[in-house]
Amino acid sequence: MQKIHIVFVMLLSGLSSLAWGVGSLDTIIIDRGVDEPIRIAVVPFKTDPSLSGEAAMADVIGFDLARSGQFDALASENMLSYPNNRQMVFFRDWRILKATYLVIGNARIVASGEVAVNFELYDVPGERLMLSRRYTVSRSQWRDVAHKISDAVYTEITGVRGAFSTKIMYVLAQNAGSPQAVFSLEIADSDGERSRTLFSSREPILSANWSPDGKRVVYVTFETGRPSIVIQDVEGSYRERLTNFRGLNSAPVFSPDGQSLAMVLSKDGDPEIFIMDLQTRALRQITRHHGIDTEPSWTPDGKHLIFTSDRGGRPQIYQVELATNYLERLTFTGSYNARGQMLPDGRHLVFVHRAEGVFHIAWQDLERDNLQILTQTSLDESPSLAPNGTMLIYATQDQGRGILAVVSIDGSVKYRLPSSSGDVREPAWSPFLED
Amino acid sequence: MQMHQPRFTTLMSLLLAGLVLSGCASTSTEPVPEPAPLEQPAPVEPAPEPEPVEPVQSDFDSAGNAIDEDGRPLSRTFYFGYDQAVLAPSDLSALELHAQILRRNADRNIVIEGHGDERGTREYNLALGERRAESVRSFMLSAGVSSGQIETVSYGEEQPADPGHNEAAWERNRRAVLNYR
Repeated sequence: MQKIHIVFVMLLSGLSSLAWGVGSLDTIIIDRGVDEPIRIAVVPFKTDPSLSGEAAMADVIGFDLARSGQFDALASENMLSYPNNRQMVFFRDWRILKATYLVIGNARIVASGEVAVNFELYDVPGERLMLSRRYTVSRSQWRDVAHKISDAVYTEITGVRGAFSTKIMYVLAQNAGSPQAVFSLEIADSDGERSRTLFSSREPILSANWSPDGKRVVYVTFETGRPSIVIQDVEGSYRERLTNFRGLNSAPVFSPDGQSLAMVLSKDGDPEIFIMDLQTRALRQITRHHGIDTEPSWTPDGKHLIFTSDRGGRPQIYQVELATNYLERLTFTGSYNARGQMLPDGRHLVFVHRAEGVFHIAWQDLERDNLQILTQTSLDESPSLAPNGTMLIYATQDQGRGILAVVSIDGSVKYRLPSSSGDVREPAWSPFLED
Repeated sequence: MQMHQPRFTTLMSLLLAGLVLSGCASTSTEPVPEPAPLEQPAPVEPAPEPEPVEPVQSDFDSAGNAIDEDGRPLSRTFYFGYDQAVLAPSDLSALELHAQILRRNADRNIVIEGHGDERGTREYNLALGERRAESVRSFMLSAGVSSGQIETVSYGEEQPADPGHNEAAWERNRRAVLNYR
């Protein structure tokens, strides 16, 4: 198991001197943030000495919020006071530092052996308490609580549900292209911490996707010597091979209701898109064309599939209405548009777009038909949306190595998650996860 | 792919005729590397159902490689243009020799791997790799090889021959590889 290090490069004038070292992560480098990020002070939590082995909770929260690009988290050494309860808060200390919001908290071991964490969020200019919460959890959920606090703060301030408690899944390839190649399917926290291996193989793994409840994943492996689709529990031991037909068995993706799986099979000759009912395992063929049809994804309402097809000569993105088989081409700009995914609003599409021979992640408003390129690196692929629709994670190359990167949907915020070893690829952002 | 088949067949019959002639000439004038039963000439017409022919030891070397009549291993890797699945004309003679060997050795099977370069999406490249493997398979079928002898598998961009990220590496990675089983 390896760790993904998050690197933020802060290029904005006001932020250029700020660098973080959080836990075991490398120096954080933000490539780009919003022009006027909201300044927030997350004061180091007062913590029982017996919890000193844990990562500093305020650092995890500050790092989460800074990573969104919408917040500028004040470094603790610049703070004038370190309040950990309501009586210790003097708003003047935070107005001087131009902090708009303040987070304080404390954590201690309670009688049950569990950890009790309290936190409060303050509006500094308004001098008022906005939020106060207490979590009592087992010690192993320490980082989970930090991400929950980040979610609560982010949601309260922005009005958009925070997605810091989500997970990312990705494929780690070591020694790819050599006989010693090892591929593993990893799941980590959204900040790259606490990675663990779900499955590993000498043969390639790709196209991993989450079930809507986050409890299961599907992916493609070559463990039988040819591609097959496997479904597996995230926790627990259930693992089953769903298809192992002749030809392609690939691109599996759960329907929004979790009841069926869209996939690509070429058992009858050409790659076609099918829907498998997960209860009955019955297959329904959706596309019928001698060209390549692949990369299905569901629209949020579950009524359409988006897919890539070269039926027009070059790969472009199409949409089919499942009730009527009504087919519509969605992309017309450029000669390579693939792996489309509809945003939760049902109006915007993200996909891989080739411009002047270089592959980028792009975004398109389907009503206005304008295309916007979100990423400036090359060989960008596999975009996967955060469940709140604000950010997407994708795979790219950095100095010849496969890495993951994140960009906000408006292109204003960017950060990278390089790996300490091997090539990291095929990211899939989890849905919101219930406890 | 289907629309290429007539052209393949024509090309192939021409190639086949030429190969059979040159094959006959070489067996009569050149020394054979090791004493082996005389090679039977391949049928002049690509028969719809190939006649069962006695397996000939000299089709494979001691390492199991398919070899030509001079004992040299036949090329098993065939390269493709960017986003293309059309066989290069220069590869057709080697493919035809593989087809002859498979017709003579009905107990031997092949797995054709299709591969792509890293550009573009992984799933699309998986489909493109399959299309490349299918191009080789179509050639083999039209050259009279039994479909039961051929399996295809696409690895897309997952198993590059060259892990580099440049034009030269990409050229080496857009390929179909023919493996005997």
